[in-house]
Amino acid sequence: MAFEGLTERLQNAIGKLRKKGKISEADVREVMREIRLALLEADVNFQVVKDFVKTVRTRAIGAEVLESLTPAQQIVKIVNDELTKVMGEEAVELNKSDKIPTIIMMVGLQGAGKTTTLGKLALKLKNEKNARPLMIAADIYRPAAIDQLEILGKSIDVPVFSMGTDVSPVEIVRKGLELAAEKKNDYVLIDTAGRLQIDELLMDELAQIKTLAQPDEILLTVDAMTGQNAVEVAKGFNEQLDVTGVVLTKLDGDTRGGAALSIRSVTGKPIKFIGQGEKMTDLDVFYPDRMSSRILGMGDMLTLIEKAQQDFDEKKAQQMQEKMRENSFDFNDFIDQMEQVQKMGPMEDIIKMIPGMANNPAIKNLKVNPKDIDHLKAVVYSMTNEERENPDLFNPSRRRRIAAGSGRPIHEVNRMIKQFNEMKKMMGKVSKGNFEGMEGMFGNGLSGKLAKMSMNSMARKNKKRKLKRLKNKKRRK
Amino acid sequence: MGFFDKLKHVFSGQEEEKQTVEEQKYEKGLEKSRKTFGDKLNELFANFRSVDEEFFEELEEKLIEADVGFETAVKISEELQEEVKLRNVKDKKDVSNAIIEKLVSLYEAEGTTEDNSLHFAQNGPTVFLFVGVNGVGKTTTIGKLAHRYQQEGKKVLLAAADTFRAGAIEQLVEWGRRVNVEVVRKPERSDPAAVVFDAVQKAKSEDYDILLVDTAGRLQNKVNLMNELGKIARVITRELPDAPQEVLLALDATTGQNALTQAKQFKDVTNVTGIVLTKLDGTAKGGIVLAIRNELHLPVKLVGLGEKMDDLRDFEPVEFVYGLFNGLVEAPKEEN
Repeated sequence: MAFEGLTERLQNAIGKLRKKGKISEADVREVMREIRLALLEADVNFQVVKDFVKTVRTRAIGAEVLESLTPAQQIVKIVNDELTKVMGEEAVELNKSDKIPTIIMMVGLQGAGKTTTLGKLALKLKNEKNARPLMIAADIYRPAAIDQLEILGKSIDVPVFSMGTDVSPVEIVRKGLELAAEKKNDYVLIDTAGRLQIDELLMDELAQIKTLAQPDEILLTVDAMTGQNAVEVAKGFNEQLDVTGVVLTKLDGDTRGGAALSIRSVTGKPIKFIGQGEKMTDLDVFYPDRMSSRILGMGDMLTLIEKAQQDFDEKKAQQMQEKMRENSFDFNDFIDQMEQVQKMGPMEDIIKMIPGMANNPAIKNLKVNPKDIDHLKAVVYSMTNEERENPDLFNPSRRRRIAAGSGRPIHEVNRMIKQFNEMKKMMGKVSKGNFEGMEGMFGNGLSGKLAKMSMNSMARKNKKRKLKRLKNKKRRK
Repeated sequence: MGFFDKLKHVFSGQEEEKQTVEEQKYEKGLEKSRKTFGDKLNELFANFRSVDEEFFEELEEKLIEADVGFETAVKISEELQEEVKLRNVKDKKDVSNAIIEKLVSLYEAEGTTEDNSLHFAQNGPTVFLFVGVNGVGKTTTIGKLAHRYQQEGKKVLLAAADTFRAGAIEQLVEWGRRVNVEVVRKPERSDPAAVVFDAVQKAKSEDYDILLVDTAGRLQNKVNLMNELGKIARVITRELPDAPQEVLLALDATTGQNALTQAKQFKDVTNVTGIVLTKLDGTAKGGIVLAIRNELHLPVKLVGLGEKMDDLRDFEPVEFVYGLFNGLVEAPKEEN
């Protein structure tokens, strides 16, 4: 997941400071060097790094840090503030036209992920806004680009307008818009061919499409793995087309994603979405504040919770809560929960959203094989109903039988039963509102504290949102 | 003759007659690369009157900006700092030469045993497997390469083993149609290893010279997808013990530090033998080539310099470095 390396380096640099009660200017300078290297290593553009470090240094050398009792925390706070400032304070919504259709145009380099993102966006609009989008295939250059969009369109059930590869893209867009007007589509999404920002001919073509379509939104699609070049790309497209927003793709890789910082600070245009996977639903709204907490190892509980809310079956969750309260959590529930978690996405991504986990060394290189959960399930499936409901039954002979039945080694069965018991214990605590037992889980010291802070604020925010939701519900009735 | 000397000779025009079409292509494709990298360094020298700490910090930034890789940049800067101290260099020109010498020797040190050529089977079909993350240009590279071998009169077969991405099979089939080469395909979502198996069988039984295998783009941290790739490689080796002759990792030249992780992870799963550096015409910096040498120890074998069918070139280290440092190295006559 993005930004881990950054988190780690910053934590290290600041960790050194923490041991000191009072810090000097020289200490600050050293931390700044670490921050600088960390950002550079993360592919943040060097000019952006320079400016960023300068701002942080000025503030850090000012009275607020040197004389404070907790200099380390002060610096974290400054870095966090400034990062958030650079990345934008709040999530920015998609522009919407006053009258239909809202026209969205995708631009970017070759292979950035324009077509895939367009499909994802269409599906998102369809699911969340009940939209009736039309996609226009205006990439006539890359072989089979139109086929790709058509296949995507079929899979998400969104119509695609295309005229083959012999017509100019401008003409295709013109006809596509006519069709949209006729069919009263409320969103029109235009896919364009990938091109270099220095290719004058092709850039001119985009300008023509822009003049014709007057899009409400021009989204620049950028590969999150892009290096120093990201700045030039963003500048080039922005100067010629005045883009309205950015989509960062392939953020589910292990890139540190410094491009996000660079692009944002060079163009000043908001990052609106991030692509985090190959499935058509893997397009998320970009929350700058969450991203900067993630950088600092404060975790991204909000995203985690939202994911859970989206994918969890409400009824099942309620039943689960009941069970937790009664402390009657058994293996059937365990399996059920595993399945719920599996639905939320790759395990390592989920774990890293938990506060303090992202920079936990034990988890750093964690790769959860999705098969592992299947193995756990196999073990449970080899238990009798009685055993599943009463985990105290397990004696060595039963364990051996289960191991043979599930085809897993016996130590794995033992480990799983142990894990299950611990989980059960913890569940009892959590349901009574006691988080103490979990503190150790999130690492210690700074990250632990930060984690708790963000956990608390997360809980508060969540409550607020829930109240709001309830209110809205009533109003609707 | 040392590499640096050779370079100087090239610049001094002694080998001008060798300026082939090939070289011009490089020059053109790298025009942007060269301007930025050379100019930036010159700019740096112009800005500093003396060589001090700040100078080296600046140099570090310039190198990173050129995507030479974080570690390489720090390494170069540190070594230079030592050397400048040792030799007690004050003159800017000497430093400038020392820097270029350093870069070239670094580049050369890693590259002495490097093999930039593509390998073919002694007899029977040759198999090239293409791997890489999403959107780096695997399919396009295969299309261009198929065109090249077709032109050379070889019997070429393509395997559309990207059964995952929408339209990927059609993309390869379209390339096949354009360059008039046969493509082995199965419906979308079928097992890629099965496609590869069929293709290898066909290549064997129908006496093809070269089989180019396209695979789906995958991010290197996805365990399952990487395992799938391992399976594809195993299937090829099982059917043809000496194959694949080349496993080529396609890397987007605009990728930053992540390129190094990509190479490492792909190397773990399949025995990557070389790199195809794509979209090199789009990046302002060719520095990534230095990083790849120093940190990956993988030879660059092919470079993509444009969108046209014949814009795929064999990698020529000398020409590349020539392009990169042009305008920085002065003709030897003045120096000696």
